[in-house]
Amino acid sequence: MSTRLATGGRLLNKSTSVKFRFNGKYMRGYEGDTLASALLANDQMLVGRSFKYHRPRGIVAAGPEEPNGLVNLGEGSDFEPNARVTTTELFDGLRAESQNHWPSLEFDVGAINKHLSRFLPAGFYYKMFIHPRPLWKHVYEPIIRHSAGLGRAPKTRDEDTYEHFYAFCDVLVIGGGVAGLEAARASALSGARVIVMEQTAHWGGRTPVDGGDINGMPAQDWIDATLAELGAMENVTLRTRTMGAGVYDHGYVLGYERLTDHNPEAQGPRHRLWRVRAGHIITATGAIERPLSFAGNDIPGVMLAASVRDYVVNYGVSAGDRTVVVTNNDDAYLTAIALKEAGLDVPAILDARVLPEDSAAMARAKELGIRVLMGHGVSSVKGGKRVTSVAVCSQAGEGSVLEEIACDAVAMSGGWSPVVHLWSHCGGKLMWDTANACFSPDPDQPPKGADGGQFVSTAGAASGVFQLDDGLNDAFAAADGTLRCLGRKLPRDAKASQGSRNDEAPMAPVWLMPQGASVKLREKAWLDYQNDVKVSDVRLAAQEGFVSVEHAKRYTTLGMATDQGKLSNINGLATLANALGEDIPSVGTTTFRPPYHPISMAVIGGEARDAAFQPIRRTPMHDWHASNGAEFEPVGQWRRPYAYVKSGESTHDAVMREVTNTREKMGLLDASTLGKLIVKGPDAGWFLDMLYTNMMSTLKVGKCRYGLMCNDNGFLIDDGVVARIDEDTWLCHTTTGGAESIHAHMEEWLQTEWWDKKVYVANVTEQYAQIAVVGPNARNALEKLGGMDVSKEALGFMEWADGVIGGFNVRVYRISFSGELSYEIAVDAGQGQAFWDALMAVGADLGAMPYGTECLHILRAEKGFIMIGDETDGTVIPQDLNLHWALSKKKEDYLGKRAHQRSHMADPDRWKLVGLETTDGSTLPDGAYAVGEGNNANGQRNMIGRVTSSYHSPTLGKGIAMGLVHNGPDRMGEVLEFPGTDGKTYSARIVDPVFYDKEGAKQNV
Amino acid sequence: MSDPVSALNNAHYGAGIAEVSELGAVGMITLRGDINTRGVQKGAVDVAGVKMPAPLHCVTDGSAGIAWMSPDELLIMCNYADVAKKLETLRGKTAKVHALAVNVSDARAVFELRGPHAREVLAKVAPVDLARDQFKSGMFRRTRIAQVPAAFWMPEEDVIRMVCFRSVAQYVFDVLSVASQPGSEVGYI
Repeated sequence: MSTRLATGGRLLNKSTSVKFRFNGKYMRGYEGDTLASALLANDQMLVGRSFKYHRPRGIVAAGPEEPNGLVNLGEGSDFEPNARVTTTELFDGLRAESQNHWPSLEFDVGAINKHLSRFLPAGFYYKMFIHPRPLWKHVYEPIIRHSAGLGRAPKTRDEDTYEHFYAFCDVLVIGGGVAGLEAARASALSGARVIVMEQTAHWGGRTPVDGGDINGMPAQDWIDATLAELGAMENVTLRTRTMGAGVYDHGYVLGYERLTDHNPEAQGPRHRLWRVRAGHIITATGAIERPLSFAGNDIPGVMLAASVRDYVVNYGVSAGDRTVVVTNNDDAYLTAIALKEAGLDVPAILDARVLPEDSAAMARAKELGIRVLMGHGVSSVKGGKRVTSVAVCSQAGEGSVLEEIACDAVAMSGGWSPVVHLWSHCGGKLMWDTANACFSPDPDQPPKGADGGQFVSTAGAASGVFQLDDGLNDAFAAADGTLRCLGRKLPRDAKASQGSRNDEAPMAPVWLMPQGASVKLREKAWLDYQNDVKVSDVRLAAQEGFVSVEHAKRYTTLGMATDQGKLSNINGLATLANALGEDIPSVGTTTFRPPYHPISMAVIGGEARDAAFQPIRRTPMHDWHASNGAEFEPVGQWRRPYAYVKSGESTHDAVMREVTNTREKMGLLDASTLGKLIVKGPDAGWFLDMLYTNMMSTLKVGKCRYGLMCNDNGFLIDDGVVARIDEDTWLCHTTTGGAESIHAHMEEWLQTEWWDKKVYVANVTEQYAQIAVVGPNARNALEKLGGMDVSKEALGFMEWADGVIGGFNVRVYRISFSGELSYEIAVDAGQGQAFWDALMAVGADLGAMPYGTECLHILRAEKGFIMIGDETDGTVIPQDLNLHWALSKKKEDYLGKRAHQRSHMADPDRWKLVGLETTDGSTLPDGAYAVGEGNNANGQRNMIGRVTSSYHSPTLGKGIAMGLVHNGPDRMGEVLEFPGTDGKTYSARIVDPVFYDKEGAKQNV
Repeated sequence: MSDPVSALNNAHYGAGIAEVSELGAVGMITLRGDINTRGVQKGAVDVAGVKMPAPLHCVTDGSAGIAWMSPDELLIMCNYADVAKKLETLRGKTAKVHALAVNVSDARAVFELRGPHAREVLAKVAPVDLARDQFKSGMFRRTRIAQVPAAFWMPEEDVIRMVCFRSVAQYVFDVLSVASQPGSEVGYI
């Protein structure tokens, strides 16, 4: 059994006991424990079930590479699935539940899958679920969805907060082991700004566990001294619990800081995403131990050798009383020695190698009385929910059992792989290191920046150097190289720290144990624990023709789980290489992509939630609208009142009331969102003639003109009323959505094409609150407020004037988008609410009511006015909308003119705008298509037109619509059929699109 | 005319690690023109009452100031009440050159972040190097605050003023309030 030892545990504060719950059972740990070490201390080796076969799974590792120990953490608003027990720090009151089992962890019905494993080989899903096709949607997909995923999805809102932080530095060191600290120390000596990120809560990495001296002192003393030195330097920032998650172009790095995960009661954000721009990045990310592929290597109790050592030294926890060590290298001997020194039993070390003479580590183990079996390996591990024994065989054979050794834990080591993820994210290449049987960064092919220079370097074990002295020298050299890249220098007297060295015998690559393992054993030899991929699956994939490592990965799902193959990757591709009879380097690796280890979704969103989720643009009268029944609709980022609904009224009723009231009395519209661009300069008239399809240079001062704007492909992009302010100055109204884009469009042409023209543009949209005063009583209301002359004689239709109304400085435009007598009045935004109030007060006796965007739409549709975005969709040209009158024939050129001459644009078969009137007075569904005779090549009914706008008109008491119809204007009176999505077919007659006051008498009074 | 109403009426959040305030109505004039020419510079300097700023900088003195916005744009700051008069003067002084001067006072909202953590709060929402030796008093930066455009400067250490569009004032206030929430000190700047 696994248990807490009486001694050891350098990271624990044994004076503070911590209570937590696992699957509802209360357990105790110490401050400083990870959830993994605390579970092991409580003999909870079994922590979950595997994804496919629901096999019992135990803790394998002690770091972020852990594949099995994933739990649902917390409850309600702090619930989080797939929390890794090895990276979760213990706190008082922690609640965890194991995943992927039903009804319980101990007894799981899904485990029947393991007996079906013969029928669930690699590619099973692809083979099984492809036929028959119709079964996919109703049978297969629901089953797969039910069985997929390990953790539960959260059901309650996350109550925590998250944030981003933009940081800038010269050197970013990722990894706070001794190599990272050495690289940081050396870099900082130059005066460079240095940030060091360490993913755990502790500095020093593995070295305090593995031992060794630096500069003649114990490693821990050197770590403490170096931290003190770095801490005292102004130019250095040290961050623990901060993981380098990804390296991106231009020295951009994401760091993931976990602020309160270990202390959920603390104030402040839970996670912080560091968005760092670094001059140069040094990855000192260490290495990860590889498992060995032998039968039963997934049975709880089989762990990585160095992790077993970590638990003993760091947390005073033993994985078992009797631990068999199986290895292909010297490093695992340290585990045997550490266990022995902790008073635990190591019945044997199975070393796959046959060495000519004992290595130093081997000699030391033998001195301690440990039995060492050279040339031996594991034939299979026995046990179900826990290891019970190991069947020993010779590595060279096929697995004949020589003896069985009773034990309750197995510590395995297949060698070490440098953590090359961050090096690889931006294209750093790898090379095969034959001596250590691993891929390591190729210093000749580093990630390169925009200037072609290297911007990532590696230090220590991340470079593929595993001895303490080599690692420190490498880190110092990495700092030196980094500073050269940055044009800085190490001080002349700077020296590398000197580490001690252990003489080690070479490791021997072992990709399968025993090397001739039978199919039966291979089917029990796991490569990817989380996704249940075995040696036999990868071999099958190779046999079926998946020769590319990327294809084999996707076919078998190797390395596709939440651990992203940290343990399985190299073993898997070595197995593939063997099956293909190729070298490992020629098979290559799959692609390393960020993040290195999962980060919370919420931290990516940062502050963007609740009120700060997205910018909502508000007009100066927004609050008034909100408190007067407005139902808002989004128009770009603005919120505009759709209608002002009174109590007891439906939205539809409100819209109908607003239309009738505006036509008969007076309506007020908040038109502040419409774009207002000032265009000024000696060439402004020429410029506007180029931008609009009609002539703006001839517009007289004091007058307004409606204009259309096309892009260079001839498609309509915007429309609006242009006013000539003075000889050199025009004011262009744009649509609400066009304010920013048309401003940018103007600047683009002025800056890139017509840079020699003298024109300046300013976007003054938000300077003004603009209120449309509309309806027969509009003039009356303004006259009652008093001030400037707004009579027809003084201010005619399509004219503007500056003046004072009711004491407000105003600019009044006599323009109408409703067909009624209408004044659009601009005041400074800061006066907007006061002016609105004044209009409402004076209009009270005149029937003034506010109206929203839906009323605006109906008013314009009754008049046959088009709306950009309804009648246009990016494929519509002015000719389609019968707007030929707005296409200047006098102008030599304007944007879109040439495009309109292309054959497709000049095609007489283009759909054209018409009015549509249902034969029964009902309202056509918006967007419905008119069907013609026959079918197209796809067997669908031929379309001959579509509805672009459709409303019920209270003025006319029937449904009215506009649409684009093939040869529409030539088919007046014809009745078209519009099948709706509701099963009904609507009939509508083609009519003139102007339904109301065609002569314009009502607006010109 | 009524008293001008700013976007948030001097809203204030003081419970966090920095004080967030909306400053009320501030006079602002956008001046576009070739700012390297004497005519434009003289007009701006005479109206603003401060010297010409260098590129990426601003010169402020109380409510008066000029900020460098781009190679052909300046932002002139003054008391809100003085805008109309100054605009008229400026238009007169630049009448003979190609230039555009418009009142944008009401199109903007102005915020202040105050306190020793002001830089850190801003660094959570603006992608700018705000280290003490990098962003200094007298510099002016056009950038974004979270998802909206903004510009800021530091009239004095630990005080940051920023300008955004009026319509998003509430959003900017909310973002700055969240970014300055209690317990969110970074300890970096």
